[in-house]
Amino acid sequence: MGSRASRLLREEEIEEIKKETGFSHSQITRLYSRFTSLDKGENGTLSREDFQRIPELAINPLGDRIINAFFPEGYFVLVIFREDQVNFRGFMRTLAHFRPIEDNEKNKNPATEPLNSRTNKLLFAFRLYDLDRDDKISRDELLQVLRMMVGVNISDEQLGSIADRTIQEADTNGDSCISFNEFIKVLEKVDVEQKMSIRFLH
Amino acid sequence: FPGLCDSCRMELFFNPFDNLVCILLGISFTVWFTLLLVFIIVPAIFGVSFGIRRLYMKTLLKVFEWATLRIERGAKEKNHLLYKPYSNAIIAKEPTSLEEEIKEIRRSGSNKDLDSATEFELSDIFYFARRGVESIMDDEVTKRFTAEELKSWNLLTRSNYNFHYISLRLTVLWGLGLLIRYGFLLPLRVTLAFTGVGLLVFLTSVVGLLPNGRMKNFLSEKVHLMCYRICVRALTAIITYHDSENKPKNGGICVANHTSPIDVIILASDGCYAMVGQIHGGLMGVIQRSMVKACPHIWFERSEVKDRHLVAKRLSDHVEDKSKLPILIFPEGTCINNTSVMMFKKGSFEIGATVYPVAIKYDPRFGDAFWNSSKFGMVNYLLRMMSSWAIVCSVWYLPPMSREEGEDAVQFANRVKAAIARQGGLVDLLWDGGLKRAKVKDTFKEEQQKLYSKMLVGTQEDRSRS
Repeated sequence: MGSRASRLLREEEIEEIKKETGFSHSQITRLYSRFTSLDKGENGTLSREDFQRIPELAINPLGDRIINAFFPEGYFVLVIFREDQVNFRGFMRTLAHFRPIEDNEKNKNPATEPLNSRTNKLLFAFRLYDLDRDDKISRDELLQVLRMMVGVNISDEQLGSIADRTIQEADTNGDSCISFNEFIKVLEKVDVEQKMSIRFLH
Repeated sequence: FPGLCDSCRMELFFNPFDNLVCILLGISFTVWFTLLLVFIIVPAIFGVSFGIRRLYMKTLLKVFEWATLRIERGAKEKNHLLYKPYSNAIIAKEPTSLEEEIKEIRRSGSNKDLDSATEFELSDIFYFARRGVESIMDDEVTKRFTAEELKSWNLLTRSNYNFHYISLRLTVLWGLGLLIRYGFLLPLRVTLAFTGVGLLVFLTSVVGLLPNGRMKNFLSEKVHLMCYRICVRALTAIITYHDSENKPKNGGICVANHTSPIDVIILASDGCYAMVGQIHGGLMGVIQRSMVKACPHIWFERSEVKDRHLVAKRLSDHVEDKSKLPILIFPEGTCINNTSVMMFKKGSFEIGATVYPVAIKYDPRFGDAFWNSSKFGMVNYLLRMMSSWAIVCSVWYLPPMSREEGEDAVQFANRVKAAIARQGGLVDLLWDGGLKRAKVKDTFKEEQQKLYSKMLVGTQEDRSRS
C-alpha cells in the first residue's frame, strides 16, 4: 500500500525485540522505518551493498569492519553459499550494543547479560580488531586495522613499531597476542559506557 | 429484432429515454467546457485569479486535521502507539571533531599526562565504531532522496503509515476523496495539461514565423506566460511569490533548488526565462524544438553536455547579450526531496554574471512534489501529481549576488546555496546530490585518515619541536 514497507511490524515482534534488546516501542518502529528505507531490494533483509550506500559510512575508515559486525558468523556447510543478508532482528541485535546503559538495568539479571553491557560493548570493539574470530588479536590483525585507520600516511616500519608497542603493553601472558581478557584489562579505566553509546532524542 | 412487428421496432429506435440521455450529455459537455473556459483558461491568459484554489486549500486543511484526530483516537482506543514521523534527527550527534573525541577517550582511560607522546591506544577504535553505527541509524544524505514523511494524514493512501486505525467514517471520507481526485480532478487536469502543452507548441511555432524584433519578443513572452499558467492550473498549483522586486533580469542567471520538473513551470509562469538543458526525443523534444523558434533557449545535444568548455562558452555568450532572457539553472543537478539543499555544481558560478537566487519550498501536506526518479518514471510521476489534492508552494526571489574579490567559484556557490537554504528553511548540506546514484569519493575517507595519522605521529614540525 503506497510507498511504505511491504510488511509492517507486528506487535508481537515488537515485544520480542523489546525484550531481547531493551529498545523502547517508538525506538523500534523508528529503526524499522530506517531499516526499510535502507532495504532497496525490498526483500526484508539488508546486504553489504545496502550499508555501503550510506555515504557517511562509506567514508569511515573502518566502515567495512563495522558492516561485518552485522553479518552473522560464518558457519556455513558449503563454502559457496554464504548468507550475506541480515534481517531486522539481526540488525536490532547488533545496534543494541550501542544502547546507553540505564542504572536500573545494571542489577536486573546477572545470568543473562544485556546486549549493551560494558563487557558486550568491549566485545563489539574487540571483534573489529579480531578479523578471524579466534578470540585473539594477532600482530597482523592489529596492523591491518591500523593500516585502515591511517591510510597511506604512515610508513610500514612506523606502523609496525606502534603495533609492537601496543601488544607489549597489553600482553600479559606472553603469547604476543591480545586476548579478550587482556583487552578488557587495558581498557578498564576508559569510559566505555559513554563513548560506545548512542542516545535517542525521543 | 426479427421477431417484432414494425411499429415495435420503431418504438425501440426512438426510445425517449435514449433521447433524454443524449440531451443531458450534450448539455453537460457544453457546461463543462464553458466552465473550463471561463474559470480557468481566460484567467490564465490574463494572469488573474478568482481565488477558488485558495478556498479549496483552506477546506482541505480542515479535513486533514479532522482525519488525523480520528486516527489518533482510533489508535488510543486500541491502546497502541502511533507511528509518528520526525523530520528532525532521531539520535543525538555531537559535533565534536575527530581529534577532540579521541583525546577525550584517551584521557578517560589513562593517568598519563596528555602532552607526552601518546601514539596509539586500543580505545581509539571507539570513535570510528560509534560514528559508523550512528550513520547506520541516521545519516544526513540518504533520507534526502525519498519523499518527506508527513505528521498528519492527507487522505492519500501513499502517505499513510497507520492505516489499520482507520474508522468507518474515515474510510468513507477517503473513498469520497478518491472519487473526487480520480473521477473529477484528474480528467480535468489532464484536459488542461493537453490544452496547455498543445497551445505552447502551436503558438510558439506561429510566433517563430515572425521576423526577429520587438513584436516577436513581446508575443513570445505572452505566449509562454499564458501556456505556463494553464499548466499551473493543470496541476492545481497554488503558488505564493515573495519579493517580486528581485525578479531576475536580462543578462543574469537564475539559480534555484531543485525538487521536481514542476519547478520550471512554477518559475516560468511568473517570468520569462531561457531554459538550459539536453535535447530529448519524443514529446519533450517536440516541445523544446518549437519553444526555441520563438525565443532563444539553450539546448545541448547529448554529446555536447560532457564538454564543459562548450557549455560554459554558450552560457556566457548568452549572458553577454543583454537582449536575451535570464538563464534558468538548477545547480544541484538532480531532484532532492525539498528538506535540504545539496552541493551546487560550480559551472554556472564561474561565468561571472549576476546570480539571482530563488528558493522554492513546497508544502507537502497537499501532495508531495518530489520526483524520486529511481522509483517512478516521468509519466507515473505526472499522474501522481495530477491525482494529488494540490501542489502548494512558496517562491522567494532573493536579492542578486555577484562573485566577490578573492572568492572562487566554489565559495561563491556555497554562499548562494546558504542564502537559499536560509530563506526556504532547508538544511544546508555539503554533500553532492549525485550521491543519489554514484558512490562517494574516496577523498573524504582519505581526509579522515590523514587527520588520524596526525594524531598518531604528529607532523614534521611537532616532532622537531619536541
